[in-house]
This record gives sequence, C-alpha cells and structure tokens, in this order.
Amino acid sequence: MTIALLLAVALAVACVVVVAFPFLMEPEPETDALDELDEDERHRLELLEARDRALGALKELEFDHRTGTISDDDYREQIGQLRREAAAALQALRRGDNESRTEAPDREGRPIGGRT
Amino acid sequence: MPELGRAALVVTLGLVVYALVAGGAAAHLGRRRLAQSAQNALIAAFFTTAIASVVLLAALVRHDFSFAYVARTTSEALPTAYTISAFWGGQEGSLLLWLLVLTGFGAAAVRLNRTWARDLIVWVVPVFAAVATFFSFLVVAVASPFATQVAPPDGAGMTPSLQNPYMLAHPPLLYLGYVGLTVPFAFALAALLSGRLDERWLIATRRWTLLAWTALGIGQLLGAHWAYVEVGWGGYYAWDPVENAALMPWLAATAFLHSVMIQEKRGMLKIWNVLLVILAFSLSLFGTFLTRSGVVNSIHAFTQSSIGPWFLAFIGLTVAVSLGLVFWRLSQLRSPTRLESPISREAAFLFNNLLLLALCLAILWGVVYPMLSEAIRGEAVVLGRSYYDFFLRAFGLPLLLLMGIGPLIAWRSASFRSLATTFRWPTLVALVAGVVLLVLGAGSSIPGLIAYTFSAFVFATIVMEFARGTRARKALGAVSWPAAFSSLMARNRRRYGGYVVHASIVLLAIGVAGSSAFDSVADAKLTRGESLAIGGYTLVYRSLDERQSANATEIRATLGVSRGGDDLGTLEAGKNAYTIERQVSNEVGIRSDKVTGEDLFVIAEQINADGSVNFRVFVKPLVNLIWLAGLVFLLGSAITLWPDRREQRRLVARAGEVGLPATR
Repeated sequence: MTIALLLAVALAVACVVVVAFPFLMEPEPETDALDELDEDERHRLELLEARDRALGALKELEFDHRTGTISDDDYREQIGQLRREAAAALQALRRGDNESRTEAPDREGRPIGGRT
Repeated sequence: MPELGRAALVVTLGLVVYALVAGGAAAHLGRRRLAQSAQNALIAAFFTTAIASVVLLAALVRHDFSFAYVARTTSEALPTAYTISAFWGGQEGSLLLWLLVLTGFGAAAVRLNRTWARDLIVWVVPVFAAVATFFSFLVVAVASPFATQVAPPDGAGMTPSLQNPYMLAHPPLLYLGYVGLTVPFAFALAALLSGRLDERWLIATRRWTLLAWTALGIGQLLGAHWAYVEVGWGGYYAWDPVENAALMPWLAATAFLHSVMIQEKRGMLKIWNVLLVILAFSLSLFGTFLTRSGVVNSIHAFTQSSIGPWFLAFIGLTVAVSLGLVFWRLSQLRSPTRLESPISREAAFLFNNLLLLALCLAILWGVVYPMLSEAIRGEAVVLGRSYYDFFLRAFGLPLLLLMGIGPLIAWRSASFRSLATTFRWPTLVALVAGVVLLVLGAGSSIPGLIAYTFSAFVFATIVMEFARGTRARKALGAVSWPAAFSSLMARNRRRYGGYVVHASIVLLAIGVAGSSAFDSVADAKLTRGESLAIGGYTLVYRSLDERQSANATEIRATLGVSRGGDDLGTLEAGKNAYTIERQVSNEVGIRSDKVTGEDLFVIAEQINADGSVNFRVFVKPLVNLIWLAGLVFLLGSAITLWPDRREQRRLVARAGEVGLPATR
C-alpha cells in the first residue's frame, strides 16, 4: 500500500511538472499571445480553398470525360463555367496579393512557414 | 494495487478538468502558454489512464479477487484470453477502456494537428477534455473498476456467450468506433467555437472519421458473426437495441462521409455536415448508454446500473450545447452555392443522405419506443422484426440503387441523354440478372429479387468505372495494364477505395437477401438413426457424447451429413453447461460450402433424457458473402485511409501560402 501511495504521489507530481512545463520553460516570454491567422490570412485561406476546389473540379471533369463517365454534352456545358470559376479564384488571390503589397509593405518579406 | 489505479484515475480527472478550464480560458483569452499547458494536461491524461488500465489488467491476469470487478467478471478456470477480455466485459472496465481510447485519440489528434491547425486545436483541447471529464468522473465516482472487497476463493466467472474469440475483438472495435467519432465532433465544435469554419476541420478529421467508421463497421460484422456462431438462434442480426446502438452512429457517419464530399467539391452543406457529426457523436454516446445502462432488454446488455441518468444528462447537454453553437454560427455556415439540378452527383448524394438519415431515425424510434411506451403507459411495447425489416426495405433498397447511380452522374448537372448513355450497360446487366433470377425461382421473394437486381446494377457500374479508369490511365501513358490500374488507384484513393467499399456493400446485400429471403428451416425430434431432409441435404442423427472442458461440461450430438448421395462428413451441435457461471449455452453446428457460400446450420434446441434431440436446421444460401463483405470492406477502407502524398503536398502548399507551418 505504501509503495502504491508513493507511486501515486510521484505520478501526481510528474503530471504537475508536465502541465507547468510551458511556464517553467518560458517564465517571462516576449509575447504570450496565441499566434493565429488574422482576418486577411483567413480570407486568403478561403480564396485558396476556392481555387483548389475549382482546379480539382476541372481536373476531375477532364478525367471523367476521358473515361467516358461524363458525356461530351455535359463536358462542354461545364468546362467553361469551371474555367471561369478557377480564373475568378486566381484573380481574387492575385488582387489580394497586390492589395496587401500596397497596404502593408512590411509584410512582404515574411517567410512562408515562418510561424513556429 | 487498487490504490495506484484509483489515484491514477483521480489524477486523470484532475488533468482533464484542468485541460477543460485552462484550455477554454486560453482559447478565449488567446494565451499561448496556457493553451500549451492544457494540451500537455490532455496528453498526460492518456498516460495516467494507461497506468490505471495496466493496474486493472494486472489484477485480471493475477486473478486478484480482492478487486470486486475481477471477482465479478472472471474465475480461476477462465482461460487467459477471456480473462483479459474481461477488461471490457463489464461496465467499469469498458468505461475505463472508453476513457483510455478517448484520451489516446485526443492526444494523437492534438499532436498531429498542433501546428497546421493550431487555431482550431486550442479549442479542440477543451472539447475533448469536456468529454473526458465526463468519463473520468464516471470511473472515479460512479463506477470505479478499483472497488475492493475481501477476496472470495473464486470469482463469479464470465457470461458463457462472452467466452468466444470474437469477444476479444468485437467490443474493442466498437469502442474504437464510438470513441473515434469524438474526434470529428471535437473539431467540428472547435470550428464553431473559434469561427474557423474553413475546410481545415474537415481535412483534419477525415481519416479519423474513416477510421472510426471502419472500426464500427468491422466491429458490427464481427458481432454479427459472434451472434451467428455463439448465441445459437440461427441468425446474425436480431435488431436488438444494442446491435442497433452501433448501427445508428455508423449510418450517421456514412451519411457524413458522403456529404462531406459535397462540401469539399462544391462548398455546400456546411450546416448539414456539422449536424451529422453532432448526431453521429450523440448516437455513439447513446449507444454506450444503451449497452451499459441496462435500460433495455437485450442479450448484449450485460448489466443493470446507475450510470443511466448521468449518461442521459450528458447526452442532453452535448446536444443542447452543440445545437446552440450551430445557431450561433448559422450566418457563417450558410453556403453561397446552391443545388443546380436534381440530376447531379450532389443531388444523388443528398438523396443518399436523406435515406441514410431516415433509416437511422426509424431505427432510433424503434429503439426508444419501448422506453417511451413504458414511461407513458407503464408497459414496454417492443417494435418487432417486421418494423425494422419494413424500413430496411423501404430505405435500404433505394440506397442500394443510389450507390450505383451517384458516382456516375456529373457534378452540378447532367443531361438525360448523358444518363441514358452512362447507364445503358449497367441497366442491361441488371435486367438480364433479374430475368435469369426470376426464371430460377427467385421471384418467391420480391424484395430479395429487387435486392439482387439492384446489386447487379451497382456491381456493373463499379466494374465499368474501374475498366474505364484503367483504360484512360493506359491511354495517358501507363506502360502496362497493371501499371495503369495501380496508377488509377494511387491517384484517387478515396474514389476507388470508395468503390471497393461499395462492392462490399453489394456483397453484404446479396448475402443478407440470400440468407434471409431465400433460407429454409426445419424442426424435428430425432432419435439415434433417424434422419431429416432439408434443402437437398440429408442429416442422420448418429450419437450423443459428453465431455469435460476446462470450465464446462460439453454435450454434443453428432449428425452425418450427405447431399445427393455424397457423404459430406459429420456435424456436431449441442450445449455447454458452465459449472461456475451455472449457465447453459447453445453450441451450434455449421457446415459452410465454400463454392456456393451456403451454410447448413444445426441447433440442438433440446437434449432429452432418452437421448433424443430436438433439432432446428437452417439452410442459408449465400450467407458467407456477408463475412466476405467484411474483408472487402476492410480492403476498401484501407485503400481510402492510405496516406495520399499528392494531397498532402497540396495541403502543405496551401498552408504555406497563408504562412502556416509547412507541416501537418
């Protein structure tokens, strides 16, 4: 019983250390704020999703047409619309890039994957 | 060392409460170190729960009957494998397993997505912690597996029907499925709480949902096979409330796996998807409640307990909070895209979703109706097999047909002319199959005939898709046909793995239709030397023997089996009398024909004092396709689950473009 209780106490102490670890490692950090996406970045993420969705749909349509799953008529009807959507998504992204370059030149040099 | 087990669980409770409170505060206030600390607490909770689990496992293996749980669920004579399976055989142990898997999944989901989806993870932690708080509270305060007593000389043993190899895998798989559905739930709620309703929560949870869904599917099939070979009533699925408890979340998750594709491809159904995830998780909690509360009469409800009200309160709270969050974020969840045509893939998927949900809700009503009728009228009215069979046919058959139609229609809209071209061959195959089967006498069951015809249609569409896809890959430069096929699978694992899963459902449908709509049954009381004829087989009752195994007295009747004059050997059917448990089980005799997939199934219903035996014999055509379906289902799921490097690269590139770390 004594050994079990000792083990239990050791377990509890170890857990307290694990939980307190971030505070022990950085007692006085430069910033304690969560590094989250800002509004612009979230909007850009949505545009990227829209772009990938449109490009993915184009790719799938091409393959389905090649396999014969999609008929020529359906293909012709859809391909134009999908291309327009993909182009619109790409344009919106480009526009966003230009705006952010104009409005916030200091962000230009931010490395991709720079968040840690 | 029950003290260590108890202490480990108390520490777990403390850790998850901390993860809930600190995690919630960190997410709300935007505090990085506090969020990291809460994540550490959730991960540490997995290790403390694992320590408690090791303590219980050690007590089981050592037959330490000073643990009340060990004494109640095992005995000295119980074989070691079943002694270990007692971990999840009783209520307290199974709740501990829930907690262990939950904290394990939570820790893994947090670690895997901590950088790529960090703004979601800060909210995922408190949601996971909230669920874990409930389960750790149960095992600490309501149903502790570490309650002690003065050790009796021997334990009470295990329910005989649980002493079966399937019980080593069936319950843990169901738990993996139930608990696995917590991951998409936690991410969905985190997306709602944080307002980050982009695709990342779907991407982060896709494989978790598939894993949980696969585990639930395989777990149910193993359970069906267990019922078939062990329970000894001649079937594999009885629409038992606890069986239904696992089927309902599986149906909801199936609907989600389909509708999530519409969100990914078309940006539609955001509200619907969140609701399906909430439904699937709530049903998984409800399933655990049904199994463990003893509220329903079931061959699987092995316990009567006091945890029911706690579960009901938690389910109610979960549903209320989740729906509240959905209403809160309703404007963000609205999709700008609309359904363009009722003849489109998204429309077919939507119909599929409605049918799956309708079937799920019909089953749910069948499960809760006895409880409601008992509460209101004082008498539990149980809805029988005919109720469930009706809805299975009404919703299941159109679902089967849609499985063939959906994947072959274009997204957005398709013309009638295109449909006529696409479905020309599958329809022809289905019609020929239907006519041939009608000529062969399958018209004795119209639902069975329809199921076979639809199955032929779906199977033809799957074969056609693989053939066309492989041909297209070959034309695009693959050096050989096998290379073209391999490239086809590698380039779109979800789509072609999905087709393999569809093929498994076709096999399942054929197996279920064959064994339920076209089976034969015969009852006879035979004395030695007498025979019985059924479905082309002749069975001669030859002898009755008694033998002793480690923990039971086994009585077996031996029958000689022949068909068309050919001797097919012998079959044994009988009963086991378990000494310690003081229970008797049916031990059925099964002869499987590996070519036709048919089973000859013998039950010795009553063994009389004069040596005569009352036999019940079934011939079940195609029943083995159901078990084969399980293997094909597993293969399809594995293909779909296999990591897709191409997609990984695309997602990493996308994340990099908004400055998120280029790793997941």
